Amino acid sequence: MTTSATTSTKPKTFRAAVNAALKQEMRRDERVIVMGEDVAGGQGGSAETEEAWGGPFGMTKGLIGEFGPGRVLDTPITEAAFVGAATGAAMTGLRPVVEIMFVDFMAVAFDQILNQMAKIKYMFGGKATLPITVRCLYGAGFRAGAQHSQCLYPMLTHVPGLKVAIPASPYEAKGMLAAAIRDDDPVFFFEHKATLGMREPVPEEEYVIPLGQARVMREGKDITIVAIGRMALFAAKAAEALAEEGIDCEVVDPRTTSPLDSEAILASVRKTGRLIVVDEAYPRCNMATDIAALAAQEAFRDLRAAPRMVSPPHTSVPFGGPLEDAYVPGPDRIADAVRAAMTDK
Amino acid sequence: MQLSRDDLLDAYRVMKTMREFDERLHVEFATGEIPGFVHLYCGEEASGAGICAHLDDRDHIASNHRGHGHCIAKGCDVPGMMAEIYGKETGLCGGKGGSMHIADLEKGMMGANGIVGAGTPLVCGAALSAKTLGTGGVAVAFTGDGGSNQGAVYESMNLAGVWTLPAIFVFENNGYGEASASSWATAGGSIAKRAEGFGIPFVTVDGADYFAVREAAGEAVARARAGEGPSVIECEMRRFYGHFEGDPQTYRTEDELAEVRERRDPIPRFTARVREAGLLEEDDFAAVDAEVAELIERAVAEAKAAKVPAVETLADHVYTSY
Repeated sequence: MTTSATTSTKPKTFRAAVNAALKQEMRRDERVIVMGEDVAGGQGGSAETEEAWGGPFGMTKGLIGEFGPGRVLDTPITEAAFVGAATGAAMTGLRPVVEIMFVDFMAVAFDQILNQMAKIKYMFGGKATLPITVRCLYGAGFRAGAQHSQCLYPMLTHVPGLKVAIPASPYEAKGMLAAAIRDDDPVFFFEHKATLGMREPVPEEEYVIPLGQARVMREGKDITIVAIGRMALFAAKAAEALAEEGIDCEVVDPRTTSPLDSEAILASVRKTGRLIVVDEAYPRCNMATDIAALAAQEAFRDLRAAPRMVSPPHTSVPFGGPLEDAYVPGPDRIADAVRAAMTDK
Repeated sequence: MQLSRDDLLDAYRVMKTMREFDERLHVEFATGEIPGFVHLYCGEEASGAGICAHLDDRDHIASNHRGHGHCIAKGCDVPGMMAEIYGKETGLCGGKGGSMHIADLEKGMMGANGIVGAGTPLVCGAALSAKTLGTGGVAVAFTGDGGSNQGAVYESMNLAGVWTLPAIFVFENNGYGEASASSWATAGGSIAKRAEGFGIPFVTVDGADYFAVREAAGEAVARARAGEGPSVIECEMRRFYGHFEGDPQTYRTEDELAEVRERRDPIPRFTARVREAGLLEEDDFAAVDAEVAELIERAVAEAKAAKVPAVETLADHVYTSY
């Protein structure tokens, strides 16, 4: 499922891949609108520019020029109102793509997410469609402090009615964002701050990576590492180093935590008999505990070692450099967990 | 305001249906046959009826926990509503919503809501759809005095102002947010006047006066349809019953309850005025009364007879596809 045979594949950053997917989907369907804080930027400022920022990280650059202010809507800093407005708009015929700048800010809109967006279809007996995509930045390592560095996708994965996509790289981001925008259910789409500048070949053509299909990033026979988002990149790096020690790791990126491709994860665990789950989210009730429990229940007899979970400590994300560096799991910590699992009897 | 005979008959039919629907629920709830909570709209009928009189199929409303009246005013199927409240598979939401989540998007009814004030952001979205898709529609949020203190409501009013949305925020001030008086919970003393800070036109009307509500709503809807942005209407009224059925109302005196029934009932006020003006006669009201009584009787009988949802449907409708 990596790059398809195409003549127009160019190296793109994660940022550019997201931007390309937004433009592609807005051209494809005029019901798709984009809204959020400063997605164009500069409204009412003294510089009289139609677009000052294109989003604080430039993810939405150029959209207002092509699609105009009727489809690219700057909002005041008012997450409850605009996330709720996106929900109401989706119920009445539009397909909004909402940017919550940092996922931490979803707390301000959590009633609209938890009690409205997630439940309306169910409460209405299926007689509502909510095609909403909520894009948000997540993750530590940016010296952004405790309120701009969280992961929080386990909280959303917990809630029935929401889907959660966490692409690890630019190619993944373009294909998964197209899938999210075309999906008729609410999808939260996570973009890691530390990977925005990452480059890899990305086709110019349309392609869609279906939600709910994990990918095997690297095949191996000794141990399975399931790793999410940026952690999948670290797991692949750890696997390279471990290969030199003669440990053959299989790396599985679930891509989405809701739906979760349990079958792909279990198939790998049954093959290797060992499991490490790497999750940058807080350690209690995160995806690592969830996936470890899944393996323990469904593949107990295939396991040759206890599943191990690699996550940060149960603290808020620290600001200071050495503290944050110690907080985020890296390839070394993943490799240590793999070595420990390999020596389990 | 000159209303036709048909307009008046419609107004009476809607208010009478609301009243009889909830009076019947008051009786039936006490038998224990209805699951969950119900919140009755008795005494507030002129608000929902007067506002929705201006709305059509292009338009949307979002309601609150006290939403039966709003559903009826927006044209929801009455037997379907009753079946939903009984938790039956023939209900508007297949028995998955109940009283607090009754909805019918085909009628532009975006749902009652169990979270106070939460319908207002949704209404901004419906108004945005109307504006973006050019339907000419407007969207109305019904919130109470309790909801008027929620942050999401003010965020929505601000957003509607900034985006010049065809949205109307209706505050049904029935005197109490649960068991606390709105006069106590409202700093500054006026809900409507808060709109001034957002530059939104506002008005406070006697919410038991159908004609006053209808006139105020007509102006707000006309402004919204003309692209002139949002409005706020505060309807002052009193509910006849408690916050929920079973509420002992220990926060209200007997005198207040009697005074509310005697002087603030919108239906006799409507009929007296229409009769005095010689526009409708006793026979007209009696014919509607009979029609409504038959409808409510049928709705209850059908709801009681209907099947509960099959357990196999428990996990349906969580997602469109998964």
